[in-house]
Amino acid sequence: MSTLTGSARTPVLSVRGLRKTYGDRVVLDGLDLDVHQHDVVCLIGSSGSGKSTLLRCLDLLEEIDDGVIELDGREVSDPRVDPRDARREIGMVFQSYNLFPHLSVLRNCTLAPTRVHGTDPPAAEARARELLARFGLSEKAGAHPDQLSGGQQQRAALVRALCTEPRVLLLDEITAALDPELVGEVLEMVRAEAEAGRTMVLATHEMAFARQVATRVCFLDQGRILEQGAPAEVLTSPREERTRQFLRRVLPG
Amino acid sequence: MSETVWSPSARELERRRLRKRDRARGALVAGVATLAVLAVLVWTVTSSPGWPRVRETFFSWPDAKASFPEIAKGFWINVKLFLVAEPLILLVGVGVAVVRQTVSPWLTPVRAAAVIYTDLLRGVPTLLVVVLLALGVPALQLTGVTTSLFWLTLAALVLSYGAYVAEVVRAGIETVHPSQVASAKALALSRGQTMRFVVLPQALRRVVPPLLNDFVSLQKDTALVSAVGVFEALFAAQDYGNYHFNYTPLLVAAAFFVALTVPLARLTDWLGRRTARRERG
Repeated sequence: MSTLTGSARTPVLSVRGLRKTYGDRVVLDGLDLDVHQHDVVCLIGSSGSGKSTLLRCLDLLEEIDDGVIELDGREVSDPRVDPRDARREIGMVFQSYNLFPHLSVLRNCTLAPTRVHGTDPPAAEARARELLARFGLSEKAGAHPDQLSGGQQQRAALVRALCTEPRVLLLDEITAALDPELVGEVLEMVRAEAEAGRTMVLATHEMAFARQVATRVCFLDQGRILEQGAPAEVLTSPREERTRQFLRRVLPG
Repeated sequence: MSETVWSPSARELERRRLRKRDRARGALVAGVATLAVLAVLVWTVTSSPGWPRVRETFFSWPDAKASFPEIAKGFWINVKLFLVAEPLILLVGVGVAVVRQTVSPWLTPVRAAAVIYTDLLRGVPTLLVVVLLALGVPALQLTGVTTSLFWLTLAALVLSYGAYVAEVVRAGIETVHPSQVASAKALALSRGQTMRFVVLPQALRRVVPPLLNDFVSLQKDTALVSAVGVFEALFAAQDYGNYHFNYTPLLVAAAFFVALTVPLARLTDWLGRRTARRERG
């Protein structure tokens, strides 16, 4: 962490002029974003502001309409680049967990390490068990996803994403589908990863959480980042009127 | 918003060019691979030692022309069998599937009958059902029951395929999520209403591709009725072959069946794609 080499200064993810449309609807309109190592970037904004689309574009799950996405200084939005090369380095967790229902929790976690990363099965299993244990899921390793609570499923999905040691973790509103009492256990896990220095980009509606873990908060509006900065600045004294309006709607009191 | 008109950047234009080139390359590979496979196939067949004999007995143009009218006439019977059988099969299949989902204790014998019916008729080869019905029913000499081979073999096809379709529909019914039944119950719908207005419409939409697959299969299996001497396309072809010692008519009959099944198969594919698109939103 202290060894700041030249490559550490290159952003892990760099986005320039990103444009994404669905038919006539422009979702991302020339968006710029840099994510450096150990950054925890929280994307906020009303629904439809493009948070999820941005994350999906970063993981190359959507074909973009213009702009450049670079991972560790290498353009990955080029059609000649195999998107799997980029996805290998990126972890993603979805709002609706998306665990594979036909596999046990443990097999969900070892699938990519063994099949994509070439880890030998015993090592992948040991690593998965260790992570599952760290996040209180030891007893659920052999269970199938549908036997778990929503909170447990989402924690398992997080472990699955962490098992490949991603350079950057993308979290797409991962607590939005959870009961309020289950939100805490998932956010606790994210907080632990943030404190361990994991680079993350997360779309979230949990403003209090964003304030605590984010190194930077970005307010998305009409397909661009309208305002960004330290959480205390953006969430407490925003410059833009639209940010103020949004925060008035989502913050109590 | 401030930006009035967006025009793609040079990089994006380059990307589009690359994507287009990749697509063109893909189309080229597809074309070359297909041609190569075809060429090898044709060469293997035509260079085989028995090819001259085969060409004479299976690819004789005069025999094809001579047998065509009889086969066409016979094929009309296949088409009629198919068109009449299809709706009846659907009725039997859905009926049996729904009966198997009932819970009322009064309907236990009906449910048992439905289970025995599907088990038996899926187990017995369709050809056997055709022969048994066509020969067995007239032998009973029942009054009021038809002895027409057309209707008896039709009944055999309906019974046999009805059992398959019933299982397909039942599988479809079971894929409808329990929460759908719960919300129908919450609206105070009866079990029958729930089945009719909520479960069946969703289930049937989902089983359309496998059902069409069964119907494509039925089109071919109408040829099974030739076993009891119904003068349909296959029987007409065999009849000609036996008189003229030439098997070309069999290929003519095959062409008739293919001409009917291929459009239905494409329709199946298209419907499947459309359903997939719709469900993904």
